[in-house]
Amino acid sequence: MFAPPSPAEWEILALSLRVGLLAVALALPPALLAAHALARWSFPGKALFNGLVHLPLVLPPVVTGYLLLLAFGPQAPLGQALDAVGLPIAFRWTGAAVAAAVMAFPLMVRAMRLSIEAVDPRLEQAAATLGAGRPAVVLTVTLPLALPGVVAGAILGFAKALGEFGATITFVSNIPGETRTLPLAVYAFLQVPGGEGAATRMVVLAVVLSMGALLVSEWVAARAARRVAGA
Amino acid sequence: MSLSVEIAHRFEGLALDVAFDAPPGVTALIGRSGAGKTTVANVIAGLMRPDRARIALDGAVLVDTAAGLWPPPQARRVGYVFQEARLFPHLSVRQNLLYGARRRGRLREGQAELGPVTDLLGIAALLARRPGALSGGERQRVAIGRALLSGPRLLLLDEPLAALDPARKSEILPYLERLRDQSRLPILYVSHAMEEVARLATTVVALDAGRVVARGSAAEVLSDPGAVPALDPGTAGAVIEAVVEAQEADGLTRLAGAGGTLYLPRLDAAPGARVRLRIEAQDVLIARDRPAGLSALNLLPAQVLSVHPGRGPGALVRLRAGDAILLARVTQRSVAALGLAPGLPVHAVVKSLAVASGNIGTAG
Repeated sequence: MFAPPSPAEWEILALSLRVGLLAVALALPPALLAAHALARWSFPGKALFNGLVHLPLVLPPVVTGYLLLLAFGPQAPLGQALDAVGLPIAFRWTGAAVAAAVMAFPLMVRAMRLSIEAVDPRLEQAAATLGAGRPAVVLTVTLPLALPGVVAGAILGFAKALGEFGATITFVSNIPGETRTLPLAVYAFLQVPGGEGAATRMVVLAVVLSMGALLVSEWVAARAARRVAGA
Repeated sequence: MSLSVEIAHRFEGLALDVAFDAPPGVTALIGRSGAGKTTVANVIAGLMRPDRARIALDGAVLVDTAAGLWPPPQARRVGYVFQEARLFPHLSVRQNLLYGARRRGRLREGQAELGPVTDLLGIAALLARRPGALSGGERQRVAIGRALLSGPRLLLLDEPLAALDPARKSEILPYLERLRDQSRLPILYVSHAMEEVARLATTVVALDAGRVVARGSAAEVLSDPGAVPALDPGTAGAVIEAVVEAQEADGLTRLAGAGGTLYLPRLDAAPGARVRLRIEAQDVLIARDRPAGLSALNLLPAQVLSVHPGRGPGALVRLRAGDAILLARVTQRSVAALGLAPGLPVHAVVKSLAVASGNIGTAG
């Protein structure tokens, strides 16, 4: 029960980390942009935009996965276009990362939006009077001051990506060594008679991994907050 | 460099409609809270778009909403010092100071030099610190330096001392006087503190309920009872300039003022230094005949220019003493008893110790 992870388990773990990291990397830029737009811009259709951002949070994950399959599947134009440029994602680990990124996106936007809203807009005004255009204001004032929330959002997204199940299994299936991440592995073990022991080991790994991510996020956020407070 | 401003905007409960010129030096925009002072500053900086505005700097049109000219704040080169400093908490003092210089590429071109600015403001020792570790007065000085180093064509100071305690205020005022005397920038100074205005302003524009009620030199406007609605009558007072003549043995300083000789508690200034005094209206008494046996040292022969009854029992009397204008706050009963009327020769009595040191500054 408490033996070190076997090579097969290491593979699942490494794949899960890879999927989680790529998912956060994919979701981070659009999440930052959406969070900034929701926190600071006013534009027509903002309520609709807000709804779209939150859609993956409220839709059943299976539905999101199926929509991804419709958009990026081998028969879909987008999927074929990605195939043509050598970036196939259907039934690949990269596809699992895309599914996880989509599911993590709303959570990341929420955390980042709150931290951007907490940045004093009067500091942004001061930056503008000192010659900073809007992109410079965002890069030199808003984002550095919102950093604790951005980091927290990214780690929350990572944790969500690690645990993503429904959209992933629908979109990229459950292929060992390619798309079988930790939660999919637990599910697979539970489908086999006598697989409970292996499943339990996976569950322990999942708990360790999630707790680790949480602790790291607390530590990084506290450090960033101290840096911003300038003490 | 001179600034010309015309702004109109309709708020709920306030119709702002102002036009004024600010010649070189410090132009103080005075008035009670809600008179529209900060709005004027925000419009000039580009932080608030009004219904209509036209702003020209040295003849070059900066803003003209009628012609669709409304550049964003970053394109205006208007340095803005806010009431609450607004330093960037995540940057060091040095990074804060150089922020604007960096954004405008002045750093690469070697146009922004920290040395002269940090010397002028006495902040050279703070460069490595974070804003969180500064006192309120230090923060405000860094904010002024940050605005100066961004290479502005105009400097706006919006009640920069309002959030500070009196000790901090008197710590910063000398730096502002140096800034006024050493920089050629037009400076617009928004304030309702008469003490600061009397010490710093070359020109004063008084606002009341969104309109300009008086404008002119500091000596003129501050002694103009017509501008008093914009002020608190309790704080009315005239500004006169004087030259230090001698430090006397008993701790008094003799000054030659525009209105005659004045004795004040010892001033920290060498003979020959020019100073600016603000004499509050409530510290000036009026006598018809030259009083004898009076403890007050300063007796200035004067003439009544005008009498302005207030809403209460008081009245403001405008006096000319030599070339200086003084304001005296007396009761309406005294006005009647003394028969005060324009043209009447009187004596103005100013108690030496009444002129507080905060009301004495160097003349620009």
